[in-house]
Amino acid sequence: MKKNIIAELLLNFMKIGLFTFGGGYAMISMIENICVEKKGWITHDDMMNITVISESTPGPIAINCATFVGSRQAGMAGAIAATFGIVRPSFIIIYAIAVFAGNFWQLPFLSNILGGIKIAVGFLIADAGLTMIKKMKKNKKSVGIMAFSFLTIAAAKLLSVNISVITVMCLCAAFSLFTCIISGKNSGTEVKK
Amino acid sequence: MIYLDLFYGFLRVGCFAFGGAYGAIPLIRDVVLSYGWLNEETLAYMIAVSESTPGPIMVNLATYIGTSQDGFLGAVIATLAVVLPSFAVILAVTAIMSKFLRSPYVQAIMGGLKPCLAGVILATGLCMILSNCVPFWGAQLDVHSLIITFLLAAVIIFSKKVMKKKLSSVSIILVSALIGSIVYCF
Repeated sequence: MKKNIIAELLLNFMKIGLFTFGGGYAMISMIENICVEKKGWITHDDMMNITVISESTPGPIAINCATFVGSRQAGMAGAIAATFGIVRPSFIIIYAIAVFAGNFWQLPFLSNILGGIKIAVGFLIADAGLTMIKKMKKNKKSVGIMAFSFLTIAAAKLLSVNISVITVMCLCAAFSLFTCIISGKNSGTEVKK
Repeated sequence: MIYLDLFYGFLRVGCFAFGGAYGAIPLIRDVVLSYGWLNEETLAYMIAVSESTPGPIMVNLATYIGTSQDGFLGAVIATLAVVLPSFAVILAVTAIMSKFLRSPYVQAIMGGLKPCLAGVILATGLCMILSNCVPFWGAQLDVHSLIITFLLAAVIIFSKKVMKKKLSSVSIILVSALIGSIVYCF
């Protein structure tokens, strides 16, 4: 039984690693899809927590999520299996590129495929955001914070002003902590069931 | 000693790379240029390669630089070093997480961060989709991306509304690759 879960973690995270184009946020949708919806390894609430923790700890979100899911399922061995699994596909690909080199993505056939995938990344990221919002517990405060961060980042992107995500996150965290201390009430962090 | 340099250099990248790959690029640039592993031009080229191959940019860069400096062993050491800090941090966080999350202050902070991140992620995704359809700031409208965006949206909506089945992320990637390889032929 224990061996099975290790093998399954390794295999599924290799799949995630192989199909993750476009970095962290696109990967959230993939991990949610496999680990929450298909395998039920973690709950959506866990996923939300680990996303927030990943953003506030160093390192790629992908690695953080893999380590977390793995250690939840099978302790240290699971964490190693999942992390190793998610790194291996890109390691092999990049190693091959570095050794055989070349500007492979300028091959017309490959650049066509990559052109298509580049566009899918936007959809995957938007989907991850939508899922989070759908499952978020909605009250005046959480919707307000959501609208604030959405508008700030959207405006920054459209006007090509550089506002770091970390700044926005710090503002929201400070605001939430401040209002909670003032009202003396706990904010709703639970996921709507 | 090249192994030690690789390990230490990428350990630093792994330790201080907050806020995802794009936040980390200035730091990576700093480390990589200071050791002379790559120059500006090859770094820009490598970032493009890392973006068009699967996997986190940081890990891809580490593997590439490790290989170019000292073959397979170099690649293993650099990749290990860049992964190690986040691995260790998350392992520690998981161990104390349930206790940590019960604290009312942590809950208050998380209560602010979750909706914030949801907004950030949605905005990022929508802006990426939008930038394929509307030319911003003098950029030329790419008709191919526009067509692919609409075809992909149609496929996603069709499977959700008509087939009543949400496409998995992997199938969306595969479908987009297929659409891309067809549309760009014209």
